[in-house]
Amino acid sequence: MTKTGFVIANLFRKKTRTFLTLLSVIMAFLLFGLLQAVNVMFNSGADFVGATRLVTQARVSFTQPLPSRLLPEIEAVPGVARVGWMQWFGGVLGENDQIVAFAVDPLRHHDIYPEWVMPDAQWKAFAETRTGAVVGRVLADKYKFKIGDKLPMKSNIFPQKNGSKDWQFDIVGIVDGKDEQWQRNSSQVFINFAYFDEANQFGSGRAGIYFLKLTDAGLAKQVADTIDKKFENSPDETKTQTEKDWNIGFAKQFGDIGLMVRWILFAVFFTLLLVVGNTMAQSVRERVPELAVLKTLGFSDGSVLGFVLAEAVAMCAIGGLMGLGIATLLGLAIQKAIGAQLPLSVDGQVWIWGLLAIAVLSLAVGLFPALRAQRLKIVDALAGR
Amino acid sequence: MSNLITIRDLTKSYVRGKQKVEVLHGLTLDIPKGDFVALMGPSGSGKTTLLNLIGGLDQPSSGEISIDGKRIDKFSSGELAKWRAHNVGFVFQFYNLMPVLTAQGNVELPLLLTNLSAAKRKQNVAIALDVVGLADRSHHKPRELSGGQEQRVAIARAIVSDPTLLVCDEPTGDLDRKTADEILTLLQTLNRKHGKTIVMVTHDPRAAEYANRTLHLDKGQLAEQAAH
Repeated sequence: MTKTGFVIANLFRKKTRTFLTLLSVIMAFLLFGLLQAVNVMFNSGADFVGATRLVTQARVSFTQPLPSRLLPEIEAVPGVARVGWMQWFGGVLGENDQIVAFAVDPLRHHDIYPEWVMPDAQWKAFAETRTGAVVGRVLADKYKFKIGDKLPMKSNIFPQKNGSKDWQFDIVGIVDGKDEQWQRNSSQVFINFAYFDEANQFGSGRAGIYFLKLTDAGLAKQVADTIDKKFENSPDETKTQTEKDWNIGFAKQFGDIGLMVRWILFAVFFTLLLVVGNTMAQSVRERVPELAVLKTLGFSDGSVLGFVLAEAVAMCAIGGLMGLGIATLLGLAIQKAIGAQLPLSVDGQVWIWGLLAIAVLSLAVGLFPALRAQRLKIVDALAGR
Repeated sequence: MSNLITIRDLTKSYVRGKQKVEVLHGLTLDIPKGDFVALMGPSGSGKTTLLNLIGGLDQPSSGEISIDGKRIDKFSSGELAKWRAHNVGFVFQFYNLMPVLTAQGNVELPLLLTNLSAAKRKQNVAIALDVVGLADRSHHKPRELSGGQEQRVAIARAIVSDPTLLVCDEPTGDLDRKTADEILTLLQTLNRKHGKTIVMVTHDPRAAEYANRTLHLDKGQLAEQAAH
């Protein structure tokens, strides 16, 4: 027998109670893992993009497109190396499979986003094919698209001039991300802006949102201020920010995910604290004489405190690790089922927070019963006083 | 024979509610090494209090207690714990075994405080269980043992770290006559054959007869002494 064995034996002395408590810890950490993953997912879009790009959108909302005529004025701002633009297409594949599709200027897009990797020949084909479309690797794999295929895609916003919302493009390239994170996000379609601009019923000259590559990241604030000042009090007032901030703002249109996650987790952990704390307190209360015997045998006050605290740590660690493990597997299963459009991943960051939560919870539920055990007076405890 | 236990002017008082109760009044006593002493007396006479003080479970209000030349009344709580682990074995009326551990686990418990290897611990546990005649029940949990067997496990636990002193609080108080006699014979053997000094609190005059002498306590003072 070892001290660890003794702790584990005590932990499982009332099996039903311990299993039920463990189940509540597992459920809480499962929820914790998944919710943290959601939180990370909504912020990760912002984390991996660089700060060397700015986004200029209409001041009122990004849904209001900026006109193409602003391009020369933006290009003329000192510090701007290259300007591209994207127009949200509102793409739908098949019956009702919503996908991310943008109309872009191919060569400008290539210059501004070196993170999207594709052979030069395919970039050239994209620029030269009016109906050309480039599909992200993840989406191409999912739908088994290949170069040369026709891509029938509906737009839930833009009809063609003949009134039909059914568009057809030619796949001229499959684009990859430069690294794992970008690759995970390669689930969109880029279509040739020139064709879109000419063929859509709402008229031409709508650039949508401008993306700016800077000569120096340190000029970001200065360039943003200059652009917004330039269009102040015009019919097309702008709001310019770093791409990272823009992505965060985009995610927050769903609400403050971080705040919601924090409140839900607060409620879950508060309940858990009561459940596990009560179990631990009850467990110590029931074996006051046993703890007194330990002290009688020569275990110090500190050792007895350690035994009780170790039980709390074991309970929280077993339940917490199992919960996080299940959350990780569930995250992978969800990602596999839905695809990279929902990159729900219980990653290292979530695990670090999870381990921290296990440590805090162990202390919170174990410390008071452990202190009570530490302070027991042997003669009183043995006499049942 | 030299004294193992030397007690001088020992006083112990408790505060119960608003009242201060003095349980032992200036008690003086010597117990030689290798002695087997029974402490008898009416309820409230201070027997268990004296036993707790001798075993280092409690501290006196005043006076001196020396065990094997060490003034344990001067020890801190931590020092007392360490001292108990190496010098005293305890046997209680209700056995006080850990229900989650087997007989072997219970006996091994005090050895977790030593630096002995797992193999050596196992060997010592086997010897202790053999001494009390329970070698074949080592893998049984307390609820699978009879009262007498539980008390034997408790005695094995008390002797496994080879202490000089055994303190026993009503060790047969929860047992039938026959089993009680077996346990008392075992204690007698530990005293005579293995040289353990034993101080035993009992209400039972027949149990006291197994001891070398009986000390009678009354109202916190030694009333009389009888040799057997």
